[in-house]
Amino acid sequence: MSIPKETLLHAYRTMKTIREFEERVNAEIMNGQIPGFTHLYTGQEANAVGVCAHLDESDTIISTHRGHGHCIAKGAEVSGMMKELFGSSEGLCKGKGGSMHVADIDKGILGANGIVAGGPPISVGSALAAKIRKNGKVAVSFSGDGSVNQGTCFEAMNMAVVLQAPAIFVIENNYYSEHTSINYAVGCDDLKARTEAFGFPVFVADGADFFAVYEAAGKAIAHARAGNGPAGVFAEQGRYHGHFVGDPQAYRAEGELEDLRENHCPLKIFRAKMAESGELSDAELDAIDAEVMAEIEQSVTDAKAAARPTADQVTEDVYIQYTATA
Amino acid sequence: MPEKTMRDAINEALHQAMEQDESVFVIGEDVAGCSGSAGDVGAVGGVFGVTEGIYHRWPDRCIDTPISESAIVGAAAGAALVGMRPVAEIMFADFIGVCMDQIVNQMAKFRYMFGGKSRCPAVIRFSSGGGFSAAGQHSQAMYQVMTSFPGLKVVVPSNAYDAKGLMLTAIQDDDPVLFFEPKILYQETADVPDEMYTIPFGEANFVREGDDVTVVAFGQMVPKAAAVIDALAEEGISCDLIDPRTTSPLDENAILESVEATGRLVIVDEAPPRCGLTADIAGLAADRAFSSLKAPIKQVCAPHSPTPFSPELEAAYLPDADKITAAIKATLA
Repeated sequence: MSIPKETLLHAYRTMKTIREFEERVNAEIMNGQIPGFTHLYTGQEANAVGVCAHLDESDTIISTHRGHGHCIAKGAEVSGMMKELFGSSEGLCKGKGGSMHVADIDKGILGANGIVAGGPPISVGSALAAKIRKNGKVAVSFSGDGSVNQGTCFEAMNMAVVLQAPAIFVIENNYYSEHTSINYAVGCDDLKARTEAFGFPVFVADGADFFAVYEAAGKAIAHARAGNGPAGVFAEQGRYHGHFVGDPQAYRAEGELEDLRENHCPLKIFRAKMAESGELSDAELDAIDAEVMAEIEQSVTDAKAAARPTADQVTEDVYIQYTATA
Repeated sequence: MPEKTMRDAINEALHQAMEQDESVFVIGEDVAGCSGSAGDVGAVGGVFGVTEGIYHRWPDRCIDTPISESAIVGAAAGAALVGMRPVAEIMFADFIGVCMDQIVNQMAKFRYMFGGKSRCPAVIRFSSGGGFSAAGQHSQAMYQVMTSFPGLKVVVPSNAYDAKGLMLTAIQDDDPVLFFEPKILYQETADVPDEMYTIPFGEANFVREGDDVTVVAFGQMVPKAAAVIDALAEEGISCDLIDPRTTSPLDENAILESVEATGRLVIVDEAPPRCGLTADIAGLAADRAFSSLKAPIKQVCAPHSPTPFSPELEAAYLPDADKITAAIKATLA
């Protein structure tokens, strides 16, 4: 598959941005700068970027509690996200949402979501809107291997088939739902087959490999855009961090994390493929690295200097209008 | 003015809204009916007939679903986030139990969590309340529970005229609206204009006006309270009867002004008493009109019990004319 150079550059930059955003957020949590509960996407960058490379701003995504990567991949502004995580009123959500509720409706980001499998039903609604309007748009929901055991996920998958809605279900298997292995929590041996049994095709990819995800997601999204109803993407790739920042990760096998970082790093795999094909040079990629590092550094500097919310803002934005209207 | 049932009044509002705005669609279980069967698709129009005829005019915007309440509410919420105006039907208010997350954690909170940058103009309709011997899982009011969640607007019509105007307001509103239709009132009639009209949220209706006692009632308790008040008028007792029509927003001023004038307050609701609307309004009056009160506030509601099946038991369970009468007289004793 031939991918335009511009797409390759953007994909690498976005994966690197997610990586450095997450690593910096981890550090800022550890030194007490970011409050609340945070779940990091480090290691899974190729999933979000490989899928979102096929979407434009009027296609929608809905994410999970581990949502920073999806939001960045769909175009959320990094500086606004960092400010949001710091709790600033200048944040993308004015400090009202934080890590688990980053959203940017204008960019088709219907939000990270703190409820596991809260997103798939909502995504079916966005897909249904596209079907009614006949505008060729698709709606992507990201789910983990924990989410697929929720009833809402089953309901959404079945309803998308029944309504023939252009919904894409991206299942990211990172092997653990919180602290519990997929070997325990998913009762069948073949999650892809279980998903396909709902009545739509599921395309499998190595979740560490941008090119594999890009190809699988391309097929799924083309299927849905063509009016053939929903489709799925099933990508396996472990996360580098715990379920939440601070998780002691008692479930890991010896050497597991080292193996992930060494042999299943989306950035390393991408660079190796570029070196092999010669499509992008090390110098080009190094330049992106430097720019991304500077952007993340600046975003933290800006977030620390950004305005703090004030008590009068507590009750703003609950409703568009709540008083009696004539 | 033509007389119409509440069922027909809501049906007319849905037709008119769909005629006027292509972004309006209805979705739910059997809102068309018979989909995929050998029979006549569209022949059902909802189990209470409220969406009757819509499928035949707009088949693309009248969407039968599987029995999947979470997915129904989620689909409405997601479609609304991208600019549609869905009207979803959840057959019985009790089924909030299976889609609570999509209502209270998702649609209610989007706008706030997203920093005011989203709008979710979804309407979720429910048949609500007791009186049908439908027992514990098909009889609850539920609006009192949902009133406690910020981000939702909650509507409870008590007659056909209000139902039409409130439904048209709900569909035009840019916030999520839960619309509870007291199912015992579906066949009750009122004068309902053919043309479109709206009734503002947060503006109570004074169903009766009087000097001695303020009575606040909700949904199917409004006509019951009105009948009691008409009977008491013959004994020389005159009452304000306030129907808030929306429990969120609540027209607090109408209630407080009336209580300040009468000095006596009776609140009537069909739901059980704990953390309900009667306690909510009693608290409001105690807090902000205490010095006007001439007698203890009286709350008339169901007991702290699930709704029973047997007609004798349900009749004993729901507030009736005797209980409302006794409460009003107790404030005058």
